Amino acid sequence: MRKTFLSQNPSVLIFIALLAIFTIAVTLLSEVTGVGLISTSFVKTLGKTLCLSLVAIAMDVVWGYCGILSLGHFAFFGIGGYAIGMWLMYARTEGIVMTSLASQPLPPTPAEISDAIGNQIFGVVGSSEFPLIWAFADNLFVQLLMVVLVPGALALVFGWLAFRSRVTGVYLSILTQAMTLALALYLFQNDSGLRGNNGLSGLQNIPGFEDSSQAKVSIAFFIASAFALGAAYIGFAWIVSGKMGSIVKGIRDNEARVRFLGYHVESYKLFIFTTTAIAAGIAGALYYPQAGIINPGEVAPIASIYLAVWVAIGGRGRLYGAVIGAVFVSLLSSWFTGGGAPNINLGFYTVQWTDWWLVLLGMSFVAVTLYFPKGIGGLFDYLVRKPS
Amino acid sequence: MLRLLSLAVSFWLLLSSIVYAQSLQDILQTHAAEVAKPSRSSVSVVLDDLVASGLPQALPFLEAWRDREIVRRESDGIFFRRLDSSGEVQLQDLDSGDRLAAGTQELQKVRPNGGVRRAIGDALVRFQLSDPDINKRRSAVDSIARSMDASQLGPLQASVAGEADADLKAVKQRLAGMLVATFGETPQDRIEAIKGLSGDLSVDTRAVLNTILAADPAVAKTLPEGANIAKVLTIGEDISVAEAYTRLVAAKLAPARVTKDAIRDALLTHMDGGRVGGVPVAELGTDEMRARAYDQLAQDGTVPVRVSDDAQAKAVAAHKFYLEYTENDAAITDAARLALNGIETSVALSQTVDLGLDALSLASIYFLAAIGLAITFGVMGVINMAHGEFIMMGAYTGYVVQQFVPDYTVSIIVALPLAFAITFAAGVAMERLVIRHLYHRPLETLLATFGISIALQQLAKNIFGTQARPLTSPEWLDGALVFNDVIAISYIRIAIFVLALLFLMVILFVLKRTRLGLEVRAVTQNPGMAASMGINPDRINMMTFGLGSGIAGIAGVAIGLYAKVTSEMGADYIVQSFMTVVVGGVGNVWGTLAGASLIGFLQKGIEWLNPSNTLAAQTYMILFIILFIQFRPKGIVALKGRAAAD
Repeated sequence: MRKTFLSQNPSVLIFIALLAIFTIAVTLLSEVTGVGLISTSFVKTLGKTLCLSLVAIAMDVVWGYCGILSLGHFAFFGIGGYAIGMWLMYARTEGIVMTSLASQPLPPTPAEISDAIGNQIFGVVGSSEFPLIWAFADNLFVQLLMVVLVPGALALVFGWLAFRSRVTGVYLSILTQAMTLALALYLFQNDSGLRGNNGLSGLQNIPGFEDSSQAKVSIAFFIASAFALGAAYIGFAWIVSGKMGSIVKGIRDNEARVRFLGYHVESYKLFIFTTTAIAAGIAGALYYPQAGIINPGEVAPIASIYLAVWVAIGGRGRLYGAVIGAVFVSLLSSWFTGGGAPNINLGFYTVQWTDWWLVLLGMSFVAVTLYFPKGIGGLFDYLVRKPS
Repeated sequence: MLRLLSLAVSFWLLLSSIVYAQSLQDILQTHAAEVAKPSRSSVSVVLDDLVASGLPQALPFLEAWRDREIVRRESDGIFFRRLDSSGEVQLQDLDSGDRLAAGTQELQKVRPNGGVRRAIGDALVRFQLSDPDINKRRSAVDSIARSMDASQLGPLQASVAGEADADLKAVKQRLAGMLVATFGETPQDRIEAIKGLSGDLSVDTRAVLNTILAADPAVAKTLPEGANIAKVLTIGEDISVAEAYTRLVAAKLAPARVTKDAIRDALLTHMDGGRVGGVPVAELGTDEMRARAYDQLAQDGTVPVRVSDDAQAKAVAAHKFYLEYTENDAAITDAARLALNGIETSVALSQTVDLGLDALSLASIYFLAAIGLAITFGVMGVINMAHGEFIMMGAYTGYVVQQFVPDYTVSIIVALPLAFAITFAAGVAMERLVIRHLYHRPLETLLATFGISIALQQLAKNIFGTQARPLTSPEWLDGALVFNDVIAISYIRIAIFVLALLFLMVILFVLKRTRLGLEVRAVTQNPGMAASMGINPDRINMMTFGLGSGIAGIAGVAIGLYAKVTSEMGADYIVQSFMTVVVGGVGNVWGTLAGASLIGFLQKGIEWLNPSNTLAAQTYMILFIILFIQFRPKGIVALKGRAAAD
């Protein structure tokens, strides 16, 4: 079985090999080994890009293979980030608070400790009470479980409701966007219990590894991200090949016919929607410790739209296309907006790319949709076209 | 007889004041004896004259007199105001305001007693209340309203009869009513006045009644006889045991509770060789161990004993907790309660009406934002994510027009058709260049228009900057239509409502009564059949899309008038607009109206339940819509039959 799967999908092997070579090369060239050709901040950028690639392949599976244009997968990504961020912030604040309380003559009571931590975390929103959703914030295992369970449960309930009433196409897209907007608006509130506008911060400091340098921590997260991406790639490639993949693609192309063939379309859609949501949550949980901060703006509907943009530019319906899109667009985007691109002097007007990048992105997105529906990944078709 | 004579003299002087320019000093000299040694009974003559003279310098004189700053030069009996500046005594002429050094002249101080000073204070108020300048009278009334005082009642009532301005007279009467209600001499007067207030919904009136009904929390073993008790509190319902005990402690009826902080402090002070009360310090990391150590200390008598929860409950149960009116007369508080209840009922009713008006105006804004979309999405089935940016373009058109046309009324009249023309052209261009190629791929239309939306937003940012630009409404749209103290609606909202109504009629007319509308409906229902009947579907699609976009432009001008114009304003409306169309039912103008009304009223309703949090209202709103679509996927007004076919 495994042999047939891989022989059917040579791209999986190629991708995994490339990813492994890339990971080893970056690790060797980073500051950890002393070579230092790649700075720690760039390692973080690369690690974050891997996480974005992971959520992009999830998006590709749900959209490119199953035909559900979800504008909510970055919301699941954000939920994953918040879930891990709660533990990171709690555990780190607890460490700081315990150190400062240790110098007091009386050992602190549990209530005093939790008050002090609450003050530290929720002082910015004028509160010191721990909201109910922080009940397990001290427990890494539970929070890790929440990274998987919360996006999964949300996707399951939402998907069940939506697919059951046969909401499809653009309606479903708008509905998922509404869900994302509702989540972002909820998180923006100060009394949401997640620090409102301020979001969670200081996530790059991993409790228990205070002594390790950021260079080591970032390489660790980079490798973890690479493993997650590799595992997800194999997993999703397996899902979308074989019999199940055929049904899923059939749903994309003509849902009614697949239903008439006797398949329970809703279950397949729900399965795809939920697993991809979980993958997005995991990607978020790996992304935000490298980014260091998460705030509600990250979850805003526009982020999910950009996700669709990446996948469309990279090429839908092929997993490596999603990865190419995410890597290409997100790195290009940081190059343009970070001032890396040279400004163009037209004589009467200087084009500053920090201002014009989004215009370029928007227009190229239109161009890709109109003229290259297969995206960048489509170019590979010309390279590996078999003589027929 | 003498009095009559002096009255005659003063009358003559009063007359002469009209003929000759009379000075303040002249009046004072006429009544020199009363000014120098004023008494409660004699001072009124002087005050009446001063008020009647209407001299502007009389006002500072009265203030100085009241504040005991007036002196009389013994040599010639002239009155001055005495000023102490940097240790040197100066005299100020009362009329001209000139200052001269006092030198060694003999000065006699004028010392009005308490009764006189009150009379002067009244005169001051009266002076302002009957000032010929209506603005001064208004400000005097306002200052009384700000800080009500029993002493103001007399002058205010006296000035009502002579008030020439009808509006101000009504204000004065109302204020007098409030003053009588609060400070009236007999309970009957006050009850009458309170009854008179009951039809008035203003905040001031409610504040007056609430002041009369002010109640202090009190505690006693048994309810005192004769006290005017507002309410007896039930433990556990109106007040928790802990709060009740705190009141007992405050009333010194029970020993203070030992707080956790106090326990910690006590333990810290009594730490003795690594142990407190026999417990090792290292074990004091829990509340139970700390309590045990503290109790041990208490047994030794070094600290006060902790009050147990049982003892607290017992102490609380042995007492009555109640609210006692500061006003002693039960008849007055009853009348005030009755009046306030009546007022609150009408206020609640008015608030409901006001909320309804608010909701209506929100609904018309949503309708305006969504109606263009209802045409492109609903009628053509084309999803246009750049619709919000067309709204933004309309608003910026209005802004740019205002830069060239300074008259706001004219600029709005110019901006509305111009915004329509520009967004119509933009819509047609977009349809020709992009959407035409994607009619059979709706998801990709959505993506391509996203791209356009991103680009347009950034373009607007590049041109106009990130800060909000003003779109000023003409003057005749300023202000609000006020029905009573609670119900008010700004003219701009009325204008938006009217505009929405106008749009509805125009669109219904275009769709139902014109050749274009007929062709649009034909193409919508069956493009192939329509084409074979000689309709050019390409042209119709282009026109329809242009129409929808143009309407978005006009909506942009209207929305810009009441909200800020930013590059992101379109994005703020796009999701709500789609919700409106989808909830209402796709492909139907009436559906959009129903959707906008539902969303507008629902959002205002949720905001009313939780007024401090509009974000939460929006969140719940969206959750509701998501659920609503689950149960009615085709919206409120669902098309039936062939028209409903996808």
